[in-house]
Amino acid sequence: MLHIVNKSPFDRNSLQSCLRLAQPNDAILMYEDGIYAAFKGTVIENDIQTTLSKCKMYVLKPDFEARGMNEGNVIPGIQSVSYSEFVDLTVQYSPVQAWL
Amino acid sequence: MKFGILVNEGPYQHQASDSAYHFTKAALEKGHEIFRVFFYHDGVNNGTRLTVPPQDDRNVINRWSELAKQYNLDLVVCIAAAQRRGILDENEAKRQGKDAYNLADGFRISGLGQLIEAGIQSDRLIVFGD
Repeated sequence: MLHIVNKSPFDRNSLQSCLRLAQPNDAILMYEDGIYAAFKGTVIENDIQTTLSKCKMYVLKPDFEARGMNEGNVIPGIQSVSYSEFVDLTVQYSPVQAWL
Repeated sequence: MKFGILVNEGPYQHQASDSAYHFTKAALEKGHEIFRVFFYHDGVNNGTRLTVPPQDDRNVINRWSELAKQYNLDLVVCIAAAQRRGILDENEAKRQGKDAYNLADGFRISGLGQLIEAGIQSDRLIVFGD
C-alpha cells in the first residue's frame, strides 16, 4: 500500500495515524504540508526513524523546495521524488491511501 | 495504467487542485491513461470559466481546460455540488431559469455515478483534497 500524507504533523495527526497503522513494506509519500515531517531535528523525527526501519518513505521535491527546504534538511533515509516518480510509486503500490 | 483522479478542493484555496493537475500531467506524459478527473465538493469551483487571476499567477481553470484539450480528458463536475455553488452549463442555466452559465471549456456536468464508474474502471483512484 502507498500512503500519501499532505498534512503537517504539527497541524493535524494524520501522519501519526499513518505511521502507527502502516504495515511493513508499505510506502509513505509526504507532499504539500506533509513535507514538514521530513525535516531533521523535530519532535517527530524518532517516529520517522522507527518507521524507516520497516517502510520506505518519500518526500515530494517540488513541495519541499516551494517551502524553502533543500535535500540537506531532509532526514537521511527519506528519498526525494519528482511528480513523475510520484506516478511511478502509485503504479508500484496498490491501493493508494490518501490521509486527508 | 488507467488512473481515476478525484479533486475535492477549489482552486487558490488549497494546494489539492495544483497537486492533482501536476500528478495528472506527469501521468499523461509517462503514457498512462486518465480515465476521468472528477471534481466534487468545493472542487467544482475548478470548472468556472469566469475566474480572472492576476496575469503573473497560474490560471488553474485554463490549465485544466488546456490539458483536457491536449489529451482529450474527461473532466466531470458533480451536478449537486455544482448547483449549490453556482456552477452551471448552458442546459442547466436554462432549466433553472438563470441568465448565464459559467462552465469552462473541456468540463462537463454529471452525477456521482461517474465517480463510482471511475473507481471501478481505473486501476488506481488517486484522491486530492484537504
